[in-house]
Amino acid sequence: MKKTMGIVALSTAALLTLSACGGGASGGGSEGDAESAELTYAIWDKAQAPVVEELVADFTAENPGITVNVEVTPYNQYFTKLQTQASSGTAPDIFWMNGPNFQLYASNGQLTPLDELPNAADIDPANYPQALNDLYTFEGSRYGVPKDFDTVGFWYNKAIFDQAGMDYPTEDWTGEEFTTTAKAISDTLGDEGIFGTAWDTDGQASWYNTVPQAGGWVISEDSTTSGYDDPKTIEGLDFIAQTMANGSSPTIEQLTDTAGSQWFASGKAAMMYSPSYMVPAFMDSEFKDQIDVAPLPEGEQAANVTHGLANVVSADSENKAAASRFLAFLGSEEAAQAWAESGAVIPAFNGSQDAWTESNPQWNLQVFLDAAEYSVSYPISKNTAEWNALETEILSGLWAGNKTAEEAGAELAAAMNESLSKE
Amino acid sequence: MALSQINRTSSRGRTAFPSGPGGGLRRGRSKNDGVAPWLFILPTFLGIGIFFLWPMAQSVYFSFTEWGAFGGNTWTGLENYRRLVSDADVLGALMNTVVYAGVSLLSIPVAIYLAGLINRPGLRFKGLFRTLYFLPVITMPAAVSIVWRIMYNGDFGIINYLLSTVGIQGPYWLATPGVAIIAVALVGIWTSLGMNMIILGAGLQGIPTEIYEAAELDGASPWRQFRAITVPLLTPSIFFVTVMTVIGSFKVFDLLFVMLGAGNPVTQASQTLVYLFYDKAFIANDKGYAAAIGLLLLVLIALVTFLQFRLQKKWVTYA
Repeated sequence: MKKTMGIVALSTAALLTLSACGGGASGGGSEGDAESAELTYAIWDKAQAPVVEELVADFTAENPGITVNVEVTPYNQYFTKLQTQASSGTAPDIFWMNGPNFQLYASNGQLTPLDELPNAADIDPANYPQALNDLYTFEGSRYGVPKDFDTVGFWYNKAIFDQAGMDYPTEDWTGEEFTTTAKAISDTLGDEGIFGTAWDTDGQASWYNTVPQAGGWVISEDSTTSGYDDPKTIEGLDFIAQTMANGSSPTIEQLTDTAGSQWFASGKAAMMYSPSYMVPAFMDSEFKDQIDVAPLPEGEQAANVTHGLANVVSADSENKAAASRFLAFLGSEEAAQAWAESGAVIPAFNGSQDAWTESNPQWNLQVFLDAAEYSVSYPISKNTAEWNALETEILSGLWAGNKTAEEAGAELAAAMNESLSKE
Repeated sequence: MALSQINRTSSRGRTAFPSGPGGGLRRGRSKNDGVAPWLFILPTFLGIGIFFLWPMAQSVYFSFTEWGAFGGNTWTGLENYRRLVSDADVLGALMNTVVYAGVSLLSIPVAIYLAGLINRPGLRFKGLFRTLYFLPVITMPAAVSIVWRIMYNGDFGIINYLLSTVGIQGPYWLATPGVAIIAVALVGIWTSLGMNMIILGAGLQGIPTEIYEAAELDGASPWRQFRAITVPLLTPSIFFVTVMTVIGSFKVFDLLFVMLGAGNPVTQASQTLVYLFYDKAFIANDKGYAAAIGLLLLVLIALVTFLQFRLQKKWVTYA
């Protein structure tokens, strides 16, 4: 009986300790052993997982004492999970970070500044585009090692253009040429279920491009004011809404059931705006050899949105020394080369981008590299997620045709300004 | 690990139960059992206490606090509840929850009918039918949702294709506000039908055959038998199924999460209370407010269930 009591008491103690762990505060973390550690690396893109596994194998071959577990979480749940992990001090040692979420994590002390890492000297900012270094700098400290960047290009399906008897898009197309051609293709081939264009309904693939093209803006440079009520911004929103209203593009209901890139990749849409990270999706398309990419049609000005990911180290990591080794490796030219050859993303490491354009010689991928020269930065603030939700909600009314662009713009600007004022 | 250890120890400590040739518990022994009985209930008690009661108490406390993005909270008194009563999203989610529960209740007559069919004497392949209807119950909701999402696709889904062969143009099931919640509820019915059929079937088998024989002698038609005998005597089972269906549909989340999800523009207009709770707690990281929503849900379920138990006196027949 005594023995039983002892075990029960022990177990109780163990349970209590366990539950106490759950509520742990953040901000701890330690260097750990640089030679021997078990690291967790969190990413969200399954398409890139094979390259990551390959890189991990290369890294662990050089560092036999370190193991790296790769955790892939779909993007829609990635930041939900990460924030929950970070709240309980159990965030992965090293993970992907994006612009919209960076400031939230940096301002709350969830990330390790690069200069606090033992390998800081191995990570030279001069190797990466300045815009990306700036994106991952908060209050003077750098937190992220740029991994890749993306710009937006204009894809078209030559087979559909031939079928409709129209000329292919040219490098100097205007927005008007795009809309009239899209309408004409829908009118001609609509009976076969083919549309002139289709949209992926997230900002980066759609209105974050058409808005600056029309001369509008989403958020002020100091991230305090919404630009959605600017007449130029409204024009940029209307550009997309019109294509959905007049049948040039599938309706918002159709695009919800089947994403724009799926319509395009399966040969049911002739043209589409699409960020460079969608290249792998089109590599699998059966129309792979009939599609190509051109610069976005010009509106009032040439513009497209650019964004890039970075690798960051958690502030709570118990293995910062090993993690920073891995971080430096991921930021190396060798790693960039592997990303480039996979064709998945444009690597951030300066000079390694050419390997990316050569990964798919059948397409004019140089368009995406050139696009960097006339790109605008991805709109972010400290709590981007909050007004991103407002965008989805309010703009869906515009896409559905229940509101005019003016009404949606004004409503969204008011709601977004209120959200920004709380930051 | 710790819990299984306790369990193993408990089952070994068999001496606490007198299991001699006489068998059974002798009343006189109870006073001498001492601490042992308490030890036996301790594992369960600890489990419920640590993983259920304690988090529940914490949730009540959290509903009076405001949370930072990465934990840490401050007391804000009734602020969350003040927000709750004036939040249009909460009202919308409540309406959607009621619609979902309403549609789910329609599954009960269907389940009664099917249970009646399957329990008909002389039916062949009874086991096969029962298995087929029960299969959705034991299939993962996430897998079910993904398959149904494909079938519901407005342009390329099989449902709209079948409708088009008879000249009906089906809606965009999961992309039209107002339709989406009903489409999800229909899947909910499909997944719960098997379980309800088993419960109601057991109820049917409990009705003595002599009653039917007597009714037949009196010349009652099958329909009359169904109305005057089957339904009244089945009411205890129907009552149980109703209570469970309402509670289950108030708690629906997984189907909605997978079939609609964060990227869908109609999710906002179709969300139920639990989805709203998830959205506030884990996407907006407004955990204090989410706790208040959770409490609202608890009170609602308790209230509705209490009402059902009150009203059962009016329609449930215990033979």
